[in-house]
Amino acid sequence: MLYFRAIADFPPRLSDRSVPLAVTAFTVTCAAGRGRSAFAQALASRTSGLRENDFGAWPLPCWIGRVAGVEHAALPLRWARWESRNHRLAWLALNEDGFREHAQAAIERYGAARVALLLGTSTSSIGETERAYRTLDAAGRLDPTQRASHVHQPHALGEFVRQALGLAGPCLTIATACSSSAKVFASAERLLRLGLADAAIVGGADTLCGSVLYGFNALELVSPEPCRPFDSERSGLSLGEAAGFALLERVGADARAPRLIGHGESADAHHMSAPHPQGLGAELAMRESLRRAGIAAGDVDYINLHGTASRQNDAVEAALIARLFPSRVHASSTKGWTGHALGAAGVVEAVASLLAIERGLAPGTLNAQHLDAACGPQIRIDNARRDIRVALSNSFGFGGNNCCLAFAVGEA
Amino acid sequence: MSVTLELGVLGVGTWAPEWADWDQARRVLVQGAPAAVAVGARPGALSLPAGERRRAPESVLIAIEAAQQACAMAQRDPRELPHVFASAYGDLAINDYLCATLARTPGGMSPTKFHNSVHNAAAGYWAIAGGCVRAATAVSAGNASFGAGLLEAVACACAAAGPVLLVAYDIAARGPLAEVIPSRSAFAVALVLAPSPPVAFARVRLRTGADTTALAPARLLLHASQAGNPAAASLPLLAALARREAAALRVAAAPSLHLDMEISF
Repeated sequence: MLYFRAIADFPPRLSDRSVPLAVTAFTVTCAAGRGRSAFAQALASRTSGLRENDFGAWPLPCWIGRVAGVEHAALPLRWARWESRNHRLAWLALNEDGFREHAQAAIERYGAARVALLLGTSTSSIGETERAYRTLDAAGRLDPTQRASHVHQPHALGEFVRQALGLAGPCLTIATACSSSAKVFASAERLLRLGLADAAIVGGADTLCGSVLYGFNALELVSPEPCRPFDSERSGLSLGEAAGFALLERVGADARAPRLIGHGESADAHHMSAPHPQGLGAELAMRESLRRAGIAAGDVDYINLHGTASRQNDAVEAALIARLFPSRVHASSTKGWTGHALGAAGVVEAVASLLAIERGLAPGTLNAQHLDAACGPQIRIDNARRDIRVALSNSFGFGGNNCCLAFAVGEA
Repeated sequence: MSVTLELGVLGVGTWAPEWADWDQARRVLVQGAPAAVAVGARPGALSLPAGERRRAPESVLIAIEAAQQACAMAQRDPRELPHVFASAYGDLAINDYLCATLARTPGGMSPTKFHNSVHNAAAGYWAIAGGCVRAATAVSAGNASFGAGLLEAVACACAAAGPVLLVAYDIAARGPLAEVIPSRSAFAVALVLAPSPPVAFARVRLRTGADTTALAPARLLLHASQAGNPAAASLPLLAALARREAAALRVAAAPSLHLDMEISF
């Protein structure tokens, strides 16, 4: 009962309840699988996509969630001027699950100017900029093939996908580190609620690159072994890469499709790279998401946790879940399958939550053996088959930037 | 199918080598004369604690300087305001550091520079400085970053029926990328916007449109060095606010989307 009272005490403000949106198409490509069926199968069979780091010339001793074959998947000639690992991965993802065809159909229904594009990334194509710096000429100038600004900027992802899909509406790249591609769902809901768009393509892409591998290594956050979220012996995260997309429309477009029913965003106001010790911002985001969705903590069936396997994140998040939710809730981190895909983690885990609703499979926490003492009964190691009507997905990023999404089953 | 949104401008802030604050900028914009460029000028950004101010990169300092001016003018506590930080390129000096370090000695990367490299560094420092736990975002939209950030901020304000802080900023390109990225000078602008407030410094009626051929987005370039800075796309709006003259403006929010703004006082 304590759990329920905590939620009920939160002051209700009804003026800005979210409008539910139908998720009429979605796809993901990550280390654990290309396309939603492959990802769902990997989740069900508990097959990790992590492997020993073989990225770059002098790989650090760690494990990564690398998507196989990206280096051989050149962009079509038409898009050759956009070449970068990140755009290759985005293109691979767009071609799974018929997503490009779904996008085309939305353009035909609403017009290209009425379909918004909101994508999240943390490092965009910086891997290509790193490559450009490795191939400078004797005078320190860029190689002629690299002398264009369109790839070397954060919005490269948004503009490439906009051109590739032929969109002409609002177009924005959100870059709030590891919450980026969760926040795009919230922005899309606002644009549709205000009538600034009739549909939105949301998602994100982030790819392995030197900046993140050596940067997280410098922060001593990278584990030498495959990441073990919520394990008492966890030793840090495993970096990964992924791209994913979703098409959001008003519920009338497809009443049976799963729905985005809420979102909550907050800041920690605490530290650039460490979470608030009591999870203040994370709690605000989760409460806001429940409030907007008009549901209570006890209505939630599954929570996809941020669960990076860093010492601090998992301790804070575990305590928060134990404090806010009843024990029947099944909560887990799927980063043991995918690695931490940073700016793409939000959409990967939104898809994991949607798959959980669609297939009645709540993933457990791969690689965890003995749960940290901070974990309540909510956090599960094993997968479970159960009816999932409401799922939450947590994404927390550097700069203390938090987002929690709420999804629900559509009409039967 | 176009929607009209009505907003009030409650506060304005800006920083550039040409001016230290909105008061100085207003004088330059009203007189229309090019301002003296203060070489090596740094913003005060005094709302940042001293330690954070030392660690924060240039892009963060200029963004926070503009943000604190806008909040002071609006007489709003920064803790109350959800915020949208818009930048086309992020901190180009740190970008240069990261890529140059990776090309030479990847193992020597500074952890502080790495966490300062995130695009939401300015938003994060702002939240820490003011103790603001409200929704915070950091966006990028190439040359349309000011207009796209404005649209995002307006959507946040209207959807939540409350005031929002918008900050748009970019710094000069550094290193090899300076050859292809045209930003030559730092520029930051901040606005506190609220949907139809009872009292406002100025009012804006805002509409989206796709007719980009009818009227090229206006640019008022006080100094040639501002031409390549995407945040300086705010200059026509700043000039209208400085002169307190009704104006109709158009700003790009995406390659085939613009915002038409009617400014009144």
